[in-house]
Amino acid sequence: MKPQTAGNQPAVPGSERTRLAASGARAVTLAQLSHQPRGDRLRGTIFMTLILFAVSLALIGLVAIIVQAAVKGAPAFSTDLITNGPSTINPEQSGFRPALLGTLYLIIGVIVLVVPLGISAAVYLEEYADGTRWWNRLIELNVQNLAGVPSIIYGILGLAFIVRGPLDLGFILAAGSMTLALLVLPTVILASREAIRAVPPSIREGSLALGATQWQTIRRQVLPAAIPGVVTGVILAISRAIGETAPLLLVGAATFVTFSPTFFGDNGYTALPVLIFNYAARPQDEFRVLAAAGVILMLIVLLAMNSFAIWLRNRYEQQW
Amino acid sequence: MEARDTIGAFGRGGADNPPPSLEAPSPRYGEKLIKGILAFCAILSVITTTAIVVSLLMPTIDFLGEVPIGDFLFGTEWAPTFSPASFGVLPILVGTISTSIWGMLFAIPIGLCSAIWLSEYASPGARKTVKPVLEVLAGIPTVAIGIFGLVFLSPLIEDVFPFMVNVPPFSAGVAGLAIGLMLVPIIASISDDAMRAVPGGLREAAYGLGATRMKVATRVVFPAAISGIIASLVLAGSRAVGETMVVLLVAGASPNLTFDPGSSVLTMTAFIAQTATGDISTGSITYDTIFAVGTLLFVLTLIMNVFAIRLVRKYREVYE
Repeated sequence: MKPQTAGNQPAVPGSERTRLAASGARAVTLAQLSHQPRGDRLRGTIFMTLILFAVSLALIGLVAIIVQAAVKGAPAFSTDLITNGPSTINPEQSGFRPALLGTLYLIIGVIVLVVPLGISAAVYLEEYADGTRWWNRLIELNVQNLAGVPSIIYGILGLAFIVRGPLDLGFILAAGSMTLALLVLPTVILASREAIRAVPPSIREGSLALGATQWQTIRRQVLPAAIPGVVTGVILAISRAIGETAPLLLVGAATFVTFSPTFFGDNGYTALPVLIFNYAARPQDEFRVLAAAGVILMLIVLLAMNSFAIWLRNRYEQQW
Repeated sequence: MEARDTIGAFGRGGADNPPPSLEAPSPRYGEKLIKGILAFCAILSVITTTAIVVSLLMPTIDFLGEVPIGDFLFGTEWAPTFSPASFGVLPILVGTISTSIWGMLFAIPIGLCSAIWLSEYASPGARKTVKPVLEVLAGIPTVAIGIFGLVFLSPLIEDVFPFMVNVPPFSAGVAGLAIGLMLVPIIASISDDAMRAVPGGLREAAYGLGATRMKVATRVVFPAAISGIIASLVLAGSRAVGETMVVLLVAGASPNLTFDPGSSVLTMTAFIAQTATGDISTGSITYDTIFAVGTLLFVLTLIMNVFAIRLVRKYREVYE
């Protein structure tokens, strides 16, 4: 005979009245506890529907942006987009070649500037800075604030400080790179700090106890462990820099540049989002088609980068 | 024995073999140099802020030398390039506030509902898919959202609600809608973080008292996370005020002093971007105007950001 659970089998076999009483009491208790007023249930359902509606609206918006650009830009989508320069005379054969190269150069400049500066600042703030000192708190507050400054203000900074004023570089590609680097620097610092903070203190203490200096500990233990998080942050920052348009408008990204740009040449440069914006602002439909095709080009690059960043985060996320 | 002697030699009296010193055997100038370099990188953020303030203030002072501050802040006509010129900032300030308000009206319900769904209703699997997708929406360049507004939303809304678009295709309301799409992931993501930081015990206690899921979400978790939620709204507002490309493409360029969603407006950011891309000489009144408007924009967003940072710090202190 199999063992029976106490709930189904009466305590004294054969006592029919006990069994009935127990199951009756059980039914009454369940009915009492699981009962919800109808109004509550109805409100709950309506609320849930509303919430699902809102979430799907947000997702539909995202899908609509992508689908709309794909449909609108489809006629212009050919290899001409990558190989040809812009042209006002025959928009059918215009492309984004100088703009793509310009964006590539800008981003190389941003990476060169932002990776060492951002990681160094994050290492200082996490590993060396004494958080109770006022100057370190000032730096922290500053970084958080800078992350929220509108991008166009960075454009003004670039115009007044880098293009003219103290640095006086003129409207060159390097000035655009520097402006974008300043713009994404706070993002990189904040992301790197998170990654460094995620390395448990025991790793540091172990290393220091074995006689390593503080820098040796950072260089050989903390940074290697924090690298995936740092790289993820850098990629996300770079993908933001790729799409930024407003500051570049101010620091001289011209629209019709038909030749390949250089870092310090002063005969003009352009960038992908700037050219897209210019095409979109023209009333003729051919140009809007081109703009949509450019958006798709840009989104492909960005989505690839973002997916890589997310993959990297999931792949190398370390459980301590 | 020999090693002990070497260590002892660095201590005070090496003769009768004292306990080994814990001091570093050399002053480690390299370590200090590295710390100095890292600190400099961190201080660079303070330098950036200083540079922003200086580059904004100097031309602004020149500007206020020519235009009385009362005329600038409370004047109702904005025509800086006309003769006679008029520098009343109210129309473009109201334009900025108008597009931001329409954006927030769209983004607040959708963003908050998405946050509630993500933190209280979604299964872990659904959350793992929807959250990255929302992050992708946050990563779409604003110029792409602007094109979506101009080419897709504007004609659509003109068909459905003709009063929303007086001068096709430009409209403050449609620009607001496009900005709102951009704000949803900001609100959803930060509010979701704040709501997930609410300890599970609060939820369990409410369920134990017989509360429904909706009551737990709206009466327990939501009020407990309110400082983080307000922070997300303020940050989104600051982002809306600083947004450039969407308003440049969709809001038009007429400085109308109105909150009418159907009217075309000029915002502060759009004015800066438009004017700074033209050929303007340093020191002219038009050049200084850009910086005066920039200062106003910077001050507005700075106040909002500082407020939001304080709120976020508060909820972190309470629950983490």
